Amino acid sequence: MTKVTLTVNGKSMSGEAEGRTLLASFLRDTLGLTGTHIGCDTSQCGACVVHLDGKAVKSCTLLAMDADGGNVTTIEGMANADGSLNTIQQAFQDHHGLQCGFCTPGMVMSASALLAENPKPTESEIRHYLEGNICRCTGYHNIVKAVLAASGQDANVMAAE
Amino acid sequence: MPKDGGIGASSKRREDIRFLTGRGNYTDDLSLHGQTYAVFCRSTVAHGRIVSIDTKATADMPGVLAIFTGEDFKDVGGNPAGWLINSRDGTPMREPKRPVLAHGKVRHVGDAYAAVIAETYAQAKDAAEQVAADTEIEELSPIVDMAKAVANADNRVHDEIPDNLCFDWGWIEDNRAAVDAAIKAAPHVTTLELINNRLVPNAMEPRASIGEYFPGTGDYKLTTTSQNPHLTRLLVSAFVMGIPENKLTVVAPDVGGGFGSKIYHYGEEALVLAAARKLARPVRWTAERSESFLSDAHGRDHVTKIELATDLEGNFLAIRTETLANVGAYLSNFSTATPTFLHGTLMAGPYKVPSVYVNVKAVFTNTAPVDAYRGAGRPEATYSLERVIDKMCRELNLNPFDVRRKNFITPDMFPYATPVGLNYDTGNHGATLDKAMQMANVAGFEARVADSAKRGKLRGMGLSTWVEACGLAPSHLAGVLGSRVGLYEAATVRVNATGNISVMTGAHSHGQGHETVFAQLVSERLGIPESSIEIVHGDTSKIPFGMGSYGSRSLSVGGSAIDRAVDKIVAKGKKIAAHMLEAAEDDIVFANGNFTVAGTDKAKSFGEIAFSAYVPHNYPLETLEPGLEETAFYDPGNFTYPAGAYLCEVEVDADTGRVEVAEFICADDFGNVVNPMIVEGQVHGGVGQGIGQALCENTTYDENGQLVSASYMDYAMPRADDVPFYNVDHSCQTPCTHNPLGVKGCGEAGAIGSPPAVVNAVIDALHRGGYSHVKHIDMPVTPSRVWAAMQAK
Ligand code: FES
Ligand code: FES
Repeated sequence: MTKVTLTVNGKSMSGEAEGRTLLASFLRDTLGLTGTHIGCDTSQCGACVVHLDGKAVKSCTLLAMDADGGNVTTIEGMANADGSLNTIQQAFQDHHGLQCGFCTPGMVMSASALLAENPKPTESEIRHYLEGNICRCTGYHNIVKAVLAASGQDANVMAAE
Repeated sequence: MPKDGGIGASSKRREDIRFLTGRGNYTDDLSLHGQTYAVFCRSTVAHGRIVSIDTKATADMPGVLAIFTGEDFKDVGGNPAGWLINSRDGTPMREPKRPVLAHGKVRHVGDAYAAVIAETYAQAKDAAEQVAADTEIEELSPIVDMAKAVANADNRVHDEIPDNLCFDWGWIEDNRAAVDAAIKAAPHVTTLELINNRLVPNAMEPRASIGEYFPGTGDYKLTTTSQNPHLTRLLVSAFVMGIPENKLTVVAPDVGGGFGSKIYHYGEEALVLAAARKLARPVRWTAERSESFLSDAHGRDHVTKIELATDLEGNFLAIRTETLANVGAYLSNFSTATPTFLHGTLMAGPYKVPSVYVNVKAVFTNTAPVDAYRGAGRPEATYSLERVIDKMCRELNLNPFDVRRKNFITPDMFPYATPVGLNYDTGNHGATLDKAMQMANVAGFEARVADSAKRGKLRGMGLSTWVEACGLAPSHLAGVLGSRVGLYEAATVRVNATGNISVMTGAHSHGQGHETVFAQLVSERLGIPESSIEIVHGDTSKIPFGMGSYGSRSLSVGGSAIDRAVDKIVAKGKKIAAHMLEAAEDDIVFANGNFTVAGTDKAKSFGEIAFSAYVPHNYPLETLEPGLEETAFYDPGNFTYPAGAYLCEVEVDADTGRVEVAEFICADDFGNVVNPMIVEGQVHGGVGQGIGQALCENTTYDENGQLVSASYMDYAMPRADDVPFYNVDHSCQTPCTHNPLGVKGCGEAGAIGSPPAVVNAVIDALHRGGYSHVKHIDMPVTPSRVWAAMQAK
């Protein structure tokens, strides 16, 4: 066991990790931040996406030890300071971009990374960027709309409705 | 003007807040004091005899607390099938025992034969590997292919079941002679052999269960990823473990999707309870995705021959189908109903076809159990029917729109009894077809074909018009058809003393948004703001009873139960109001949240009535009990019959065979709609899964029974890039006539109607592109299959 210390959502947090402990499990089981989900064991589904030092990463692909000293943002750290939904979260609610909610934390974290690097993405850029995030419920329609809306574009026109 | 609350409003979902902020409460999110971890040992061979399991070495490993094998459960019950199906000759289906852990034999890759409980997950995992190393399994010849399974009586999945045949079902047996005769005499018969590809439901949350036992009281608690906690409690209590129902609480908290796969009770749930009892500590298990692929119930997997007899103008005369349906190695809870009563009864579609006969042979194989997956039987029926109609139109050179229209059951013909046992109450298939054609701009299609051609693409259009049966189900009918349970729904509406409301429903939400929709319903009825209404679901200790959510039944059956309970609240409220207002009960009218004496301005608000019910100072105590809480059980009078017309346009890349869905249009008739936003979302999700089935997803076992497609690297889930924006409409509404809400259900429609529309569009594109030798391509219509079909001139 080794001590791992991270800055998570602005707070310093630490815990013991085995060599094989994944960042996703460390966040969930050791730090109790269960908003980050685990949907697969082959790094395909994206339910576990968090930001590490400003970049979107699949936290199931990283060892907790490798993230030691890093700055992590999880879904729990996304809301506005007053607790209200941030722009992306609000767009997901407004456009019904989630159903069971299981893929949602990863979707929001990926969408926020996309908008940070490409503030006005096209529909096809959004679809392409979200290829690493699987959603079984929504058929993606309202997720893409939500991301368009969060970027300040008229989602309804683009979704041809 | 759009409403901002109540029935018909696109109320935003209240559950979203917790999901969007990482505060959902899924089973694996729970952490319990003293918890221990279960890991299962699963067969790596498809078929084998368990020679020995030596657990001695494992027992001494660090952290190991207990080891279970099939021996530990050989004297307890098995997990039963929920429907008894009789074969054509009247004999009951063959029903092997499905034990908690495999005993004697393992019957599919992933079949659990042992489980280890340890202090940590890593210790349990290491220990399970040791058990596997110390287990000897003699490999037997695997039974994978259905045709071979029924042809070889000596090689058996279950030693006591010859031919590996579960049943040979005819529907309706009395139709058989007439159908045979009609097909023999018909001017034209179109025959199509097709495969409805096996799918893995793949809810994004893997299955998980936590067992707890409280020695002080003898109570048990199971927290589990279930679509119907009450049914799980019933099965664990009455069939598997013998725990009295009143000593077992089953909680299904937030559940990350189900699509059928979480309807059923699984052995892991019984194991964690048994282990919790033994250790008097919580025992938890969460599936890894690879485990889910191997052990969740799969869907579809039919091999069908369908014959459609017509005259030369395309009027339907008769339909005959023969299907081999894979049930896998054991009978999952709904596995026998899915290929029969949810499939054969839909084989007339929305058409007035004089006679239909359906034959289904259900076959055991050394593969994971197969059961209901979104649509359950109805997608299989719809696909067979809509594909064969499409083929017939090409053979007779008829317009597919006209052919469907001339065969539709017309609005004046309802209620309409089909030759396969259903009684459709309402519908207007011409209206949904008109709507879809208008949305698709059919007139502009040729120009789009030309435009695609400029880009080197072959464009095609495919149509599917369909009807399905939802709202499972009238209990007396289900009973006649072999169901071993009732299929009502229960609800309690509790008006609290301060006037806000708790609604306990037996329906279970795992993405459908019940917490929002049911609150809209009660708000509309009682004139109370949605924010004052709480929906409680998924906990057997809080809810009277329930049959859970599947078969698009939550609103039509569960919502109707709530509506009935509200009726009782209003009736009691009127009695209280009559007393307080010194009027006759018959003179009290309830509207907009007020009880008023008709024709006067004398009124009491709902809140005043509620308060009086709990503080009964001015109250008719001689004739009326205090309190304001009512329970209703609603048993539906019939199935509901959602219907629609789906149009798909695809572009096929002639060089690679790659298919892209360019346009997908849905004109649905769901009857009345409570929350349009949620209804549209349900259709999007269903169509996404339907496109996945049509173009990407396939579950492949090799000849040794190894699941080759056991991860997201090998099983092609549809991604955001594989699907377009869908164009959906539900403005054609013929309300259901037999439930109080007039609703029909929308959860499965998208997955039922879409696969044939996609495949029909691909065939159309190929024909337009000069590849008219291609009559059919089995799903998934992958680039390699399309390309091979194009070359096979
Ligand atoms: S859990 Fe990390 S990609 Fe699936
Ligand atoms: S909302 Fe259920 S998986 Fe995306």
